Amino acid sequence: MKLQTATRLGLYAVLELARTPDRTLSAAELATRFDVSAHHLAKVLRTLADAKMVAGERGATGGYRFIANPRRTTLMDIVALFEPAPGARAPEPGEATDIGRALGRILVEIDEIAEATLRSVSVDTLLKRGL
Amino acid sequence: MSKPLLHLRAAEPADLAAISGLDARLTGSAKTAYWQGMLERYAGGPPERQFLVAETAQGTLAGFVAGEVRAWEFGQPPAGWIFAIEVDPKLRLGGVGSALFEALAERFRAQGVDRLRTLVDRKDHSILAFFRAQGMTAGPSLQLDRAIG
Repeated sequence: MKLQTATRLGLYAVLELARTPDRTLSAAELATRFDVSAHHLAKVLRTLADAKMVAGERGATGGYRFIANPRRTTLMDIVALFEPAPGARAPEPGEATDIGRALGRILVEIDEIAEATLRSVSVDTLLKRGL
Repeated sequence: MSKPLLHLRAAEPADLAAISGLDARLTGSAKTAYWQGMLERYAGGPPERQFLVAETAQGTLAGFVAGEVRAWEFGQPPAGWIFAIEVDPKLRLGGVGSALFEALAERFRAQGVDRLRTLVDRKDHSILAFFRAQGMTAGPSLQLDRAIG
């Protein structure tokens, strides 16, 4: 499964911050940790803040911290902030043909399995079981 | 939520009303004959078949789990299969399901198996999340399906 860069950065940021929810990390610190662009990560963090998953704090000790419920927040909740919803994307050439429809059913099957997996793993479960 | 005081024991035929009642509340359909058959086959059966209930300190049903060690079906070596696990919704997130899961795993371990398996509706995200939280991941098989009617 190919995730957009913003989605991967969103997952990295949430999981890193949720590891120690009392700690704040700046966009620059997170960017260094994952070796990614601080500018790109700052945009991702604003999206996560708008979704009430992280909170930004100003000042000398400012930065971001995780504020959601780790047992109630699933990987899909994060992915859905950055990836287009299934069915929301523009139609592509050939989709209306019989071959396009048959292929579409296979792709829907794959999407459903991927979504089920992402919805079944909470931030808490991944941090406890997956690291 | 604080963890309720639980007593785990093997299911008995007298548990039928409580088990089928909890299932009916959770699924919206009464299947008393099915649960009666399950209790007849699994309650007090051989050790590879297990049907366990969790009771609250007041003696009411908190949840149940049923499963069996199966070998070589679909070419798979012996594994413990979980057929059903249900918890009173009022007691969810209190450790009842985890206690039942661990108790069943322990009994299967005693039968010499080292894998636990189950099947889950892929749109039932809450039960999927429960099994994930117990450490389960996608297994080696894919379930396939087609209409024949």
